[in-house]
Amino acid sequence: MARRKLITTVAVTGLLAAAATGCGAADMTKQASPYANAAGAKTVTLSVQSWVGARANAAVAQYLLEHQLGYRVDTVQVDEVPAWDALSQGRVDAILEDWGHPDQEKRYVHDKKTVTDAGPLGVTGHIGWWVPKYFADAHPDVLDWKNLNKYAAQLHTPESGGKGQLLDGSPSYVTNDKALVSNLKLDYQVVFAGSEAAQITQIKQFAKDKKPFLSYWYEPQWLFNEVPLVEVRLPEHTQACDDKGTKDPSTVDCAYPTTPLKKFLNTGFADKGGKAARFLEKFHWTKADQNEVSQMIAEDKLSADEAAKRWVQRHPDEWKAWMP
Amino acid sequence: MSSSTTSPASSTVALPKTGITVPVAARKLMLLVALTAVAAPLAAARWGSGSWPEALTVSLKGPLTTANNWIIDNRDSHWVFLYFFGHISNAIISAVRGVYVVLLALGWAGVTAGASLLAWRLAGVRAAVTALASFAVCGALGMWVPTMRTLALMIVAVAASVAVGALLGLAAGLSDRTFRVLRPVLDTMQALPAFAYLLPVVLVFGIGVAPAVLATVVYAAPPMARLTALGLRGTDKGVLEAVDSLGATARQRLLTARLPMARRELLLGVNQSIMMALSMAVIASVIGADGLGDRVYQALSTVDVGAALTAGIPIVLLAIVLDRTTSGRGPRLWAGVPQAGGTPGRRLGEGGHNRPRSRTRTATTWAVAAAAVVALGRLAGTSWPDGWTVAIAAPVNHAKDWMVDHLYSGIPGIGGSADWAAHYTGWILDPLRNGLQALPWWGTIVIVAALAWLIGTWRTTLTAVLSLAAIGVLGRWDPAMDTLSQVLAAVAVTLVLGFAVAVAAARSPRVDRLLRPVLDVFQTMPQFVYLIPVVALFGVGRAPAAAAAVVYALPAVVRIVSQGLRRVNPGALESARSLGATGGQQLRQVQFPLARPELLLAVNQAVVLVLSVVIIGALVGGGALGYEVVFGLAQGDLATGLVAGTAIACLGLMLDRVTQPVKAKAKEA
Repeated sequence: MARRKLITTVAVTGLLAAAATGCGAADMTKQASPYANAAGAKTVTLSVQSWVGARANAAVAQYLLEHQLGYRVDTVQVDEVPAWDALSQGRVDAILEDWGHPDQEKRYVHDKKTVTDAGPLGVTGHIGWWVPKYFADAHPDVLDWKNLNKYAAQLHTPESGGKGQLLDGSPSYVTNDKALVSNLKLDYQVVFAGSEAAQITQIKQFAKDKKPFLSYWYEPQWLFNEVPLVEVRLPEHTQACDDKGTKDPSTVDCAYPTTPLKKFLNTGFADKGGKAARFLEKFHWTKADQNEVSQMIAEDKLSADEAAKRWVQRHPDEWKAWMP
Repeated sequence: MSSSTTSPASSTVALPKTGITVPVAARKLMLLVALTAVAAPLAAARWGSGSWPEALTVSLKGPLTTANNWIIDNRDSHWVFLYFFGHISNAIISAVRGVYVVLLALGWAGVTAGASLLAWRLAGVRAAVTALASFAVCGALGMWVPTMRTLALMIVAVAASVAVGALLGLAAGLSDRTFRVLRPVLDTMQALPAFAYLLPVVLVFGIGVAPAVLATVVYAAPPMARLTALGLRGTDKGVLEAVDSLGATARQRLLTARLPMARRELLLGVNQSIMMALSMAVIASVIGADGLGDRVYQALSTVDVGAALTAGIPIVLLAIVLDRTTSGRGPRLWAGVPQAGGTPGRRLGEGGHNRPRSRTRTATTWAVAAAAVVALGRLAGTSWPDGWTVAIAAPVNHAKDWMVDHLYSGIPGIGGSADWAAHYTGWILDPLRNGLQALPWWGTIVIVAALAWLIGTWRTTLTAVLSLAAIGVLGRWDPAMDTLSQVLAAVAVTLVLGFAVAVAAARSPRVDRLLRPVLDVFQTMPQFVYLIPVVALFGVGRAPAAAAAVVYALPAVVRIVSQGLRRVNPGALESARSLGATGGQQLRQVQFPLARPELLLAVNQAVVLVLSVVIIGALVGGGALGYEVVFGLAQGDLATGLVAGTAIACLGLMLDRVTQPVKAKAKEA
């Protein structure tokens, strides 16, 4: 009996699927998430990346969409590059903080036109290499990349295999570090902590023992309030270097650019998303705002929802301007 | 749940006679030594003796990247995608959406009541109560919607894998040739870690629910297929002859004799498919499966143990409910472990034959129950009421912080969990990894060949060596040795602990009774949830990945070894005792040698299970091959991910074949 039931279920599912599919072309790039807009709810799906700043954006956007505009918000964790693909396919509706992916932007915004630029987030991002302040105070010349090799021996760890350790975080972040190390002929090994959380844990441990370290890091970041870091000067960022890097990422030999962070929407959602789309286009805040929410999430261990609620209560003027 | 590599049939293997094995082993070894003496200097002179030689690698990065870009650019225009893959994806999405909408329409009360009724009907009152309590907890944790998403995805994936598996199994059960072709494929598929299945579907379908369902189906169909085939092939010859003599057609023979008699295997197949599907549906959150797995994944990436646990508990509960419900009224079936005595498939009396009496009444009851469930659901509302939730994340995180402050380090005498993790990494993993990476590549190959040949046949040896070589050719030698070092260390720990516990369980019925329910629960849990507690205890790195792997593989090892020890002929034990052997002597000289097939099987299972978790340990900083898959997914660099995924598959194949004695002999028998 169980078997017969099962067969019936399978058959019915199959038939339903066939009926729903029809017989024409099925463009899989236009198939939204099966969970979207279920049971009459208006749903917005936001892509959340793993770093806390991105969670802060999504948390506040989610809170306002749900409590002020009556939407249901889904957040899905997708890494930066796959998020573009997912955005193009309509599996997520919006990316709120993009750190600059020129090739993806070209492919999806300019060529396929499946993704729409939704303006700046208001925060400017900067990636670089940083050392702790206590180390920089003791050895001021470490702040020039040309002297880094001198300190390689001090920055050596079990994972770095006899070279100095350049600590990287999540594999998903924008990084040219491997290319930089080889092109600048540095005696360093890039070691990925695996995730930003792991990287923060390691940085805090180093700081507790006042050990020197060199780390890939970025602004805006709440951790600066806890562990003061000083940036190492890399060769100056130039347009020529940028163009070269766009063609072949392994040739990059200059510092990271300063990136105004941008928002992107799925084109279909931007056209038909109604108030939610208008709201997300207007969403625009400052580094201080983002850090305020990030710190509540990461340091005070509030849930993202609670942190967003507190920020919304404290800054009514700011978010009221975003309402459609 | 990939623990089902062994067939029930394997327990029938005769013991190898030690008197014959030794000279054969010596001969094999001598032949290998001779081969090595000739080939190794040549190879070393030609290509050097370090890591795998550069000259023998083939880089697939270029072609794979080109293919990936082509697919992304043509996904919305090329006919293959519009008229073939598009329909598959669309059908999956429509099906998942259909199920999800129905679940939402039933509402929390409807789903809970419906699941409990179903569990009651299939497996009795206890299962019903379990289901009721579990769904209530899922709701109370505020995880109702993610739970329903996972459930919707699961229902579709399980229906598909059972259908596909049953069809394949039917083909293999009826045709000898299909069986011979299919069996090694299915065996291999079950030895591969779940992560290896993710990349190919992402390549074609991108990130989302459709590829997640497909990966789940591919992962969960093999146990159904192989158990169906085994069930059909195990039909009693006498019964078949009797049916034939009654003049039954082939079709009648299948429907009235072979399928009913394979009922037990079929049910076990469904059960295993479900458990493996759950395991995969959770891991597939890495490729956009959404639901509970996604919540765990989000929480792990921020090392938020409280949030991870909030989503992890419903996964565990779902696993328990599904397992209890589908393993039904029959005796508890332990996934993947050969049953101790008794031949399977002989319990027809309990089957569907003695039920027609109550069928009409059942139908009415069911109609009424269904109507009540729907009405209840409509009345109670769609989603779990907000006021009825308990936020456990904050207290759990407080507890974790307390642990970090007090248990991590500096406990007098025993150190702390972080110290253990550091010692394990520094004293065991690092030397082992450096040793493996420093070993000349041809040396590694010779060692693998020697081991495989001693334990298995020339066939398994050849497969093992070729798989290992394939890893080298793909250029993933060093990361593979890193992964291998993690696997070997964790397997050693698992075996030491597992043997110790199993000996205790085999000697004392009380320990055994205490252990059983624990093992039951542990064996049904998806691999993914083991990552949560280890992050809390050991932080991030290779040590927590190893800890998760040990905990995951331990139950299977304990179970197999203790069954093996208990099955040792009491007469042999008695005579040893009468000769004045001490407990330790009995164990070493009688029980272990006599239980050799089980012990080897335990090693095989430990290796396969540990590998599968070490790979997903990349999500908590395990590094190596698993990390490259995560990296490939994260950066959209599918070429890197695919190559690493293939290397993982090769490593899995190699490890399985090196430690695979029983099946090889069973085939010859």
